[in-house]
Amino acid sequence: MRERLRELFLVDLLRGLRLTFSYQRPSATYTEQYPLERPPVAERYRGAPRLNNHPSTGETLCIACNPCALAYTENLIVVGWERTSDRKKMLTTFTYDLSRCMFCGLCEDACPVDALELTQDFEVARYSREGLIWDRSMLEEGPEPTRYTR
Amino acid sequence: MAEATFLDSNELLVNMGPQHPATHGVLRVKLRLDGERVLGSECVIGYLHRGVEKIAENRTYAQFAPYTDRMDYVAAVTNGMGYCEAVEKLLGVELPPRAQWTRMILAELQRIASHLLWLGTHALDLGAMTPVFYTFREREEILNIFESYCGARLTTHAFRIGGLQYDLYDEFETDVRKFCDYFPGKIDEYEQLLTTNRIWMERTQGVGVLSAEDAIALGVTGPVLRGSGMHWDIRKAQPYEAYDKVEFDVPTGEHGDTYDRYLVRIQEMRQSVRIIRQCLERLEPGPIFGKVGKIIKPPAGIEVYHSIEGPKGELGYFVVSDGTVNPYRVRIRPPSFLNLQALDKMVRGHLVADVVAIIGTIDIVLGEVDR
Repeated sequence: MRERLRELFLVDLLRGLRLTFSYQRPSATYTEQYPLERPPVAERYRGAPRLNNHPSTGETLCIACNPCALAYTENLIVVGWERTSDRKKMLTTFTYDLSRCMFCGLCEDACPVDALELTQDFEVARYSREGLIWDRSMLEEGPEPTRYTR
Repeated sequence: MAEATFLDSNELLVNMGPQHPATHGVLRVKLRLDGERVLGSECVIGYLHRGVEKIAENRTYAQFAPYTDRMDYVAAVTNGMGYCEAVEKLLGVELPPRAQWTRMILAELQRIASHLLWLGTHALDLGAMTPVFYTFREREEILNIFESYCGARLTTHAFRIGGLQYDLYDEFETDVRKFCDYFPGKIDEYEQLLTTNRIWMERTQGVGVLSAEDAIALGVTGPVLRGSGMHWDIRKAQPYEAYDKVEFDVPTGEHGDTYDRYLVRIQEMRQSVRIIRQCLERLEPGPIFGKVGKIIKPPAGIEVYHSIEGPKGELGYFVVSDGTVNPYRVRIRPPSFLNLQALDKMVRGHLVADVVAIIGTIDIVLGEVDR
């Protein structure tokens, strides 16, 4: 009988509706207006790669040792170097193919000097595939903010 | 053969999928129908096949770890944990306690996140639109914890072979404690919306009944098996990490229908919160990495099978070593793939609309089915 009355007066449905309407206040809004309002990303976020320079001298921290290129087999990192007159390795070129990258962080782990780093920058979309292959200057200075054109 | 007229051609073959929102990915189900009744079904899989097991043979042990995240992409932490543990077993490495507790906390959070995604989409499939917004809101909090811990939300690559790459961030304990405090109240809200709801009960009770004998015969594991009344959980049966040191119950169903599986998963979320609380109590500062070298090279000729209780069932890794830096063979036993076998048994005799409910209740992820 009780069960029947519950059914007849839609008690359970109304209980559910009460919950739904309790969330109808503006302070319960959860939507983020993305392009206007950027989400805060975590400190450890693995986004666009960066090749760090020494903060005071401006020289690259990269010692061209190559484990980052070996850490991942897709050949997405290519390190170019040449020997200086005192037989030391010097970095010449550094390319990073973002289109093959899955942001796993293995290259970052492999770097012994904190030169290669995955940063908090997450806007890496480009108009062409070639645009995703980043060279040394782009990795050091960070990508230009994309200007969207029609 | 006599020509069939529309009067006696009462058997109809309908393709459901591969592009169908209720099949949760790219599953194609061929349904044999008699009117609205399902006479039989056949699954066509492989649309998402990437050859993960073959890729493993050309990668080093450490390099393969990110690929495991991409199988069950809604439970990446659990996948990575299973693989790391299998290789650790191959190497015979013991983990420091802090790494174990951390892994357990994150794995249980991932279980909750996976169940939340399941609950939201399953309810959405059955016409209840509200829960999906609420469950995704709570899932977001878990993903934020993952992001702060390891830098990624979905394909986390959270663990490394031998321990953890990152130590916990400063506010980790407060964040997780806060989540544990308010989340049980949210589960009550989901239950308020669904558990006693007439429409929900009509749509799920008695739908897709799977008996315990059938479930065992088909190799079904996880909440689907427990919904059929079997008390089987790898965390209890073959404890890994430190699951033998925490207290939790294994919820089981009675009738083996869609409604019971729903109740089992709701209870599992509550139990996960209980496990996380116990893990947080025992979390102490200490080392986070076991004795594993930079280059992982297990001795030749060893093979290991290690399985863990993923959110969807038994997730097993079979790893064979040939003494080089690459595994000789990695075979993965994904829970969704084997659970999907039960689909035909469950849909027979039901309506087409119930097929949607049954696919939802198995909780498949096609990335894992096809690998």
